[in-house]
Amino acid sequence: MSVKRSIQNIGHRVVSAVWRIGVATRFFLLTLAYSGTSFRRFHLTIKELFSTGVMSLIIIIVAGLFVGMVLGLQGYETLKRYGSESALGVMVALGLVRELGPVVAALLFASRAGSAMTAEIGLMKATEQITAMEMMAVNPIARIVAPRFWAGVISMPLLAAMFSAVGVFGGYFVGVVQIGVDEGSFWSQMQAAVDFREDILNGVIKSFVFGTVVTVIALFEGYDAPPTAEGVSGATTRTVVTSSLAILMLDFILTAIMFRGN
Amino acid sequence: MERTTLDLWVGIFVVGGIAALVMLAMKVGNLGTYNVSDAYQVHAYFSNIGGLKPKASIKSSGVLVGRVTDISLDMERYEARVTMSLDKRYQFPKDTAAKILTSGLLGEQYIGFDVGGDEAMLKDGDEVKMTQSAVVLEDLIGKFIYSKAEGSTN
Repeated sequence: MSVKRSIQNIGHRVVSAVWRIGVATRFFLLTLAYSGTSFRRFHLTIKELFSTGVMSLIIIIVAGLFVGMVLGLQGYETLKRYGSESALGVMVALGLVRELGPVVAALLFASRAGSAMTAEIGLMKATEQITAMEMMAVNPIARIVAPRFWAGVISMPLLAAMFSAVGVFGGYFVGVVQIGVDEGSFWSQMQAAVDFREDILNGVIKSFVFGTVVTVIALFEGYDAPPTAEGVSGATTRTVVTSSLAILMLDFILTAIMFRGN
Repeated sequence: MERTTLDLWVGIFVVGGIAALVMLAMKVGNLGTYNVSDAYQVHAYFSNIGGLKPKASIKSSGVLVGRVTDISLDMERYEARVTMSLDKRYQFPKDTAAKILTSGLLGEQYIGFDVGGDEAMLKDGDEVKMTQSAVVLEDLIGKFIYSKAEGSTN
């Protein structure tokens, strides 16, 4: 009897997970459909750009600097064995522009801005502010969700680009200034190896996709959270976990499509 | 519309992000250094291209003059057909020779142009007639062993 019960339980969980994905997709499409307001009243989006983008600047820049410095140090230690320290610039730049910039920036963004979005909207729901808006014939998706969505989508590629740029300077600082790799070969080999369309634009596309996914997950978890203290905290946790996993899985898929081993 | 400090910060954020992108494109990437928009195409046949890859550089006297755009196997000659895109600023005589060379001992392979003395210049769609294939290490070792064996029997 308990075997039957547990099988039923698994089936129930799968069905409700699929159900939730369907609701999330409808929520995403509704956000797109009602996003006219966030451009007509652009100050709403500006306000959200401040709290998601500008407030994430410090963590992104500091993290980028240290990731670049570590890449410079580790890359030097490995490349030294093959006598090709001059390729350090290539390694740091390609690693950052293709992978680490978009992915680490998106992970930081998910935990810095995504969790805040979920908690904010979840609390709005728990304190019945969303219901109050509906009572006043204000569409909460147009007024609350869409501006946050566009702020996330706009700020993510910018943050990832800043992460990569600062990281390259971090690698430069450790590799050239501290260790003494030749400055000319550091930059010239980097410029010869990094292609604008293949590497940099693909990195921007990646971060754009990650920005969309993280923001949609964060907003949906907040909007869907049970209106209790426990529900909001659970939704915040789910935002960070789900969006981190989604970033890493999507990164593999996007990498496989973009860089097919050539 | 009144301006607020919020707008200033968001402006700084957007400008900083775009500046980072431009810096990546110009300083890290190759957008500022090499422009393929003004180019002409020539092709050449090699019996063996070794490890030559698309986007490999084409150099004359060590100066980058173009890039390999396409590599395919010609099914009539059973030779590799390498299409090259050369910068319009650089014109080469018709009897220029193309060699597949290696930069450094283990470096990547590139095509080197040995300039000839013909009056006529290569045009778009022309073929570089004189080619020298890549040196394959196994062939070299094979030849070396063969000549050694020949020497020891005498």
